[in-house]
Amino acid sequence: MGLVAMAGAITLLAAGGLSENMVFFLTPTELEAKGTEIIDQPIRLGGQVKPASIDWNDNTTDLRFIMFEGDVDIPVESTGAAPAMFRDGIGVVVEGTYSDDGVFRATNLMVKHSNEYAPPEHSEDVRDTYKSLLDSSPK
Amino acid sequence: MLSALGYGSVLAALIAAGIMALAGYHAGLARRNIEFAATLTRRAAYFGFFAMTVGMLVMEIALLTHDFSVEYVARVGSHETPTYYTAISLWSSLDGSILFWGWILAGYGALFAFTRRSEIDAHQRVGGRVVAADGGLVPSLKTTPLVIAVIGTVGLFFFGLLAGPANPFGIVSPAPLNGPGPNPLLQNHPLMGLHPPMLYFGFVGMTVPFAFAIAGLLQGNIEARWIRDSRRWMVAAWAFLTMGIIGGGWWSYEVLGWGGAWAWDPVENASFLPWLTATAFLHSAMVQKRGGMLKTWNLSLMIGTFLLTLLGTFLTRSGVIDSVHAFTEGVIGPLFLGFMAIIALGSLTLIGWRSNRLYTAGQIESPVSRESAFILNNLLLVGFTFTVLLGTMFPLLIEAIRGDRISVGPPYFNMVASPIGLALLFLMGIGPALPWRRATSDHIKKSFRWPILLGVVTAIAAFLLGMRQLLPTITLAFAAFVLTTIVQEFAMGIKARRKLANRSFVGALLDLFSRNGHRYGGYIVHVGVVVIALAISVSWTWKTERQETLRAGERLAIEDYEVEFVEVWGIEEPQRFVIGATFETFRNGKPLGQEQPRLNIYHRDPSQQTIGTPAVRSSLSSDLYLTLMAIDQDNLEHATVRAIVNPGIVWLWIGGMIMGIGALIAIWPRGKIRVRAASDQLLADGGTYQLPSLDIDSSAKTENLERTSPSKTEKSIE
Repeated sequence: MGLVAMAGAITLLAAGGLSENMVFFLTPTELEAKGTEIIDQPIRLGGQVKPASIDWNDNTTDLRFIMFEGDVDIPVESTGAAPAMFRDGIGVVVEGTYSDDGVFRATNLMVKHSNEYAPPEHSEDVRDTYKSLLDSSPK
Repeated sequence: MLSALGYGSVLAALIAAGIMALAGYHAGLARRNIEFAATLTRRAAYFGFFAMTVGMLVMEIALLTHDFSVEYVARVGSHETPTYYTAISLWSSLDGSILFWGWILAGYGALFAFTRRSEIDAHQRVGGRVVAADGGLVPSLKTTPLVIAVIGTVGLFFFGLLAGPANPFGIVSPAPLNGPGPNPLLQNHPLMGLHPPMLYFGFVGMTVPFAFAIAGLLQGNIEARWIRDSRRWMVAAWAFLTMGIIGGGWWSYEVLGWGGAWAWDPVENASFLPWLTATAFLHSAMVQKRGGMLKTWNLSLMIGTFLLTLLGTFLTRSGVIDSVHAFTEGVIGPLFLGFMAIIALGSLTLIGWRSNRLYTAGQIESPVSRESAFILNNLLLVGFTFTVLLGTMFPLLIEAIRGDRISVGPPYFNMVASPIGLALLFLMGIGPALPWRRATSDHIKKSFRWPILLGVVTAIAAFLLGMRQLLPTITLAFAAFVLTTIVQEFAMGIKARRKLANRSFVGALLDLFSRNGHRYGGYIVHVGVVVIALAISVSWTWKTERQETLRAGERLAIEDYEVEFVEVWGIEEPQRFVIGATFETFRNGKPLGQEQPRLNIYHRDPSQQTIGTPAVRSSLSSDLYLTLMAIDQDNLEHATVRAIVNPGIVWLWIGGMIMGIGALIAIWPRGKIRVRAASDQLLADGGTYQLPSLDIDSSAKTENLERTSPSKTEKSIE
């Protein structure tokens, strides 16, 4: 009897927990298609960072950028993100909610790790980007 | 050249696995003693290990000499990668890790064969033939080949993968001049050389108990010796798996930069699931060892654990789940699924076929007994397995059925893990203090007076000292409860030894470990678990985090730490470009020294990956964890840093080491050869396995006898 009750409790716990903690994983296109029905629900949004859209504020550590897929652009706002971890054009996954003002507010930002090796397409060399650093003497 | 040699040795191992299976099943299932086939099985196991060792060494040589004509080297090697990471890139991608996996599997097969090499006593040999005392079957010519045969069967699958779809020795022509190097995440921390091998030794090690399960089912003989031997292998594999999981958490903490060790990532879960079922088995096996009950249950746990290791490999290797660990994709998925289905169906069929022999008339006498505690522990562990499995697989099911992509976040897992984990923690204080069969109210009063008192006092003290959070208070109280029980158990054991053998305190303690390592080693493991539970609870509840952009000389204050920005810098290394920032750190105003969190951009894939290296300053009370978030690229005047203070997290690793030490005590060999020979003889004679004077657990039995009431007789159910 006690055992059955315990099995039941674990099942209830699991079922309840699942339905509360399901997070939809969408692309910008899917997000736009779903429109208002998913506003303020927890979502994971995965896409690419639009070139030249990264806007980072050093003082407030606010980060804004545009995530895109095809023609669909979704503005994303995030606080406490790691802007040095990503650059134009890379794949990124953000977790947060989509508000009715059309901005995705991210609480968590994950850089998508590419599984396959692909040679760099645009010749943006790290050495150019961080040229000034190379002139400074390492500690 | 290397490719041919490597591929040749894989083929040789495949043939060896075939012989292990064929000769092993033949020797094990025939109704007579076939010494030739049994010996051949063992030799095939040795040869398989030799062949796989050659294969692995060939791959290491190819990696270290940068022979890019070997396909795997062309995929994960590069001239720029440091030698250490080149050597360990054996397991940085699919094919190499299956090669490594296969080598370990072959190693387990050979080790098992080796431990069973001299089991035929001179008196069993009559005129060149092996004959048991009663003219019947000799167990060592039956069980041993069967277990090796099952290992060989599993080997056929893995070596087959290596010979076919996951061949690491393919030839690239013309050979490229350089390769991309291993996945950046996997060449960023030295722990990568330790954590995956530990996990693999654990995962693959589960094959041996599984082989015991299948061999036992085929023979229809799942008795005392079977459970003891298989448990021993299970403890070893379990210990490796434990170290692998803790090591994985440590790696994740040191590399991933979010300041935690465990995120319920599907691949983390994949390593945790077989650990849960293996832990359940280690407890339920004692019930079977004692009264013969739970045979089917134990078999299911052994088989289930093996299946979960395959599932773990499937999740990691098939790229089915998008996670930081799923570093590779391939065609291996369906093959794994098929293999798992065959194992599951085959095992179920065997259990059904043997169901009449698996039934034991024993039953639980009282709900207040150690048996009941173990059964409750098993239900909790299996329930835990079920909920974690559900959360891990649910997104896959939903995607397969509805096409929606969802994820189940850490809140779900934390929500189910907290109550189940606490219940398990509590049971750890109950089970060991209860006697087998039935506890009297006197016994309960005597055993639980101090543990309960200390648990309650701890809770009240915590409250008075200002602790208001429920979960850590409960954890703390339970921890005090469990630790008191364990101390009591040791005290009783030591007292008994001192009286019995007139030993010093330390001598008596060593006696407990050497005479009854399973039990007292197990208690040490429990201490490790308690330490980990406390570390988790404390570090989660009081973790604090701050993020600020600092200019030179500016300070960030967090808890009792201060972090002062000095400068940013960059270094070019052969395989990567490193951006770092130097900070002076202080605790309570006193300087601690410099810390340099870094960002690494690997040349392998500069447009994609930036891997952080957080700076971690550990102490027994708390860690200061610094992650470099951004730097001022133009003028190098400021840097953004995230500082995390993690109280007590170091105790996660310390607890893990305590668990490892406990497991080592539990499996440390203790003059077993005589016992084994004698027990074989007894089994061969058709007698029951009861050797109180030689049994390694005899001290436990006498002690339990003292505490078993009311009848004070030991019942042996066979």
